Amino acid sequence: MRALRVAWLYFRIGAMNELHYRANFFIAAFQSLLALFTGLVVLALVFSHTEQLHGWSHAELLAVLGIQIIMGGVIHTVIQPNMLRLMEEVRDGKLDYALTKPEDAQVLVSVRDYRIWQSVDIVSGAVVVAVALGQLEREVGPVDVLAFAASLALGALMIYCFWLVLSTGAFWVVNMWTVAELFEGLYLSGRWPVGVYPGWLRYSLTYLVPIAFAVTVPAEAVTSRLHWGTLVAAAAFSAALFGFTRWFWRLGLRRYSGASA
Amino acid sequence: MSFVRSAALTRTSRPRALIDFYLTLMRTAIQAQFQYRVANYMYMIGMVAEPVIYLVVWSTIAEQHGGSVEGITAGQFAAYYIVWTLVRNMNIVFTPYGWEERIREGQLSAQLLRPLHPIHYDVAFFAGWKLVVIVMWLPIAVVLSLIFHPELDVSALEVAVFAVAIWGAYLIRTMFLWLLGMTSIWTTRASALFETYVMAELLLSGRLVPLQLMPDWAQRLADLLPFQWTFFFPIQALVGELSTEELLQGLGMQVLWTAIGTGLVVVAFRRSVRHYSAVGN
Repeated sequence: MRALRVAWLYFRIGAMNELHYRANFFIAAFQSLLALFTGLVVLALVFSHTEQLHGWSHAELLAVLGIQIIMGGVIHTVIQPNMLRLMEEVRDGKLDYALTKPEDAQVLVSVRDYRIWQSVDIVSGAVVVAVALGQLEREVGPVDVLAFAASLALGALMIYCFWLVLSTGAFWVVNMWTVAELFEGLYLSGRWPVGVYPGWLRYSLTYLVPIAFAVTVPAEAVTSRLHWGTLVAAAAFSAALFGFTRWFWRLGLRRYSGASA
Repeated sequence: MSFVRSAALTRTSRPRALIDFYLTLMRTAIQAQFQYRVANYMYMIGMVAEPVIYLVVWSTIAEQHGGSVEGITAGQFAAYYIVWTLVRNMNIVFTPYGWEERIREGQLSAQLLRPLHPIHYDVAFFAGWKLVVIVMWLPIAVVLSLIFHPELDVSALEVAVFAVAIWGAYLIRTMFLWLLGMTSIWTTRASALFETYVMAELLLSGRLVPLQLMPDWAQRLADLLPFQWTFFFPIQALVGELSTEELLQGLGMQVLWTAIGTGLVVVAFRRSVRHYSAVGN
């Protein structure tokens, strides 16, 4: 609870700061539209040469695209800004300021920074999912919505863990400026259901980089493919991943030798 | 213009001095970049993800349709996208976003005081970096080839043209991104322009798919733009079945677009520098 209160406090401060820069909203909206347009062109191109991809129809892949955009919005609004700041502070020795505060260090480094305008993607992704559901002509009951929301939340948690493990690497490898590029590259794979990829890649994109859990599983929830077993597995895996992340974070923190300034 | 022409004293040996400058800066870049192997590899792996995704999608479609899409087999897609990874690396140059920082932090002011046009620093530094990238790319190419089994049948001429074409691609993209970057001197909201450019390039350069898979009108549009000469042509030079004439014509087009880009950079830089007001220390 305390962690949530701290997160909310930082969020309010962050939002107030960002609200000064309203023009950034239009930039973010424009970028969001461009990315959406590109995604739609790619889908159109693929489906000009085929009727289905590994059993997924055009409308179903549209839902996948929408969820990938939603999750991307969550990542860029909440997760990535914090992680980039963490890596920067490890390099500059400024992490001292966070470590000396009377609050759990992992909580603090995870909730300090927000890019609220990036949440435009959450909205545009949601619109895409809604359009896709309209094309699928599917009844969406309260159970589906619940399963969708749960898988989305678990997915976001796993992506957060993955990002924090990567960022913790900064304690050993100081120069990590390329890590965002690495993540963006890998995250593109979420545009397609994980079943498309060959075995070794499918496993990597599920357990090593949990993009399958973050995008494909929620997409299965809205396209009547989800088994309850998958959702339970997702919950178990995210709990294990969270435990590992916490252990790894503490291990990294022990290497931190403090301010150079 | 605030940068000073070099003194008459050195004018006679200017070409030699320029070559010396390039070699020194490239050596510096090589030494610097070899220090950041982990960072460089993370960057490259992030980048390799993109073509692997395209490759998987298009091979799946090829398999679903009896082995090929528009006559391109899974093996040929593999060859295309593996060569893609090197060409993409050659396409990485000083970005327009770098320009914003350059101006904000006042680095441009310092560069203007030097006797050489600042573009030489970027061309030389990134060219040195490219040599590191090519060496680091080789193991990635081997691994990708073992996984995806590319069909590749090359002649000596194709290899030679490819070796030149990747540097042509590098120069064309350097010039056009410099042009984009210079808009930062005029406006602080240039990022919308960059993103639009990158999107057009993604679709019309052959980066997303081999251009044969695009609709006819898009291919005709691509013929009028520089993008395909930085991506599609170098890849096709190696993996496609281009005739000798087509190969040489392609190199000619690269020379043409490099010349157009360079001309525009020279003119635009002169005007932009006059507009530029210094920031920084």
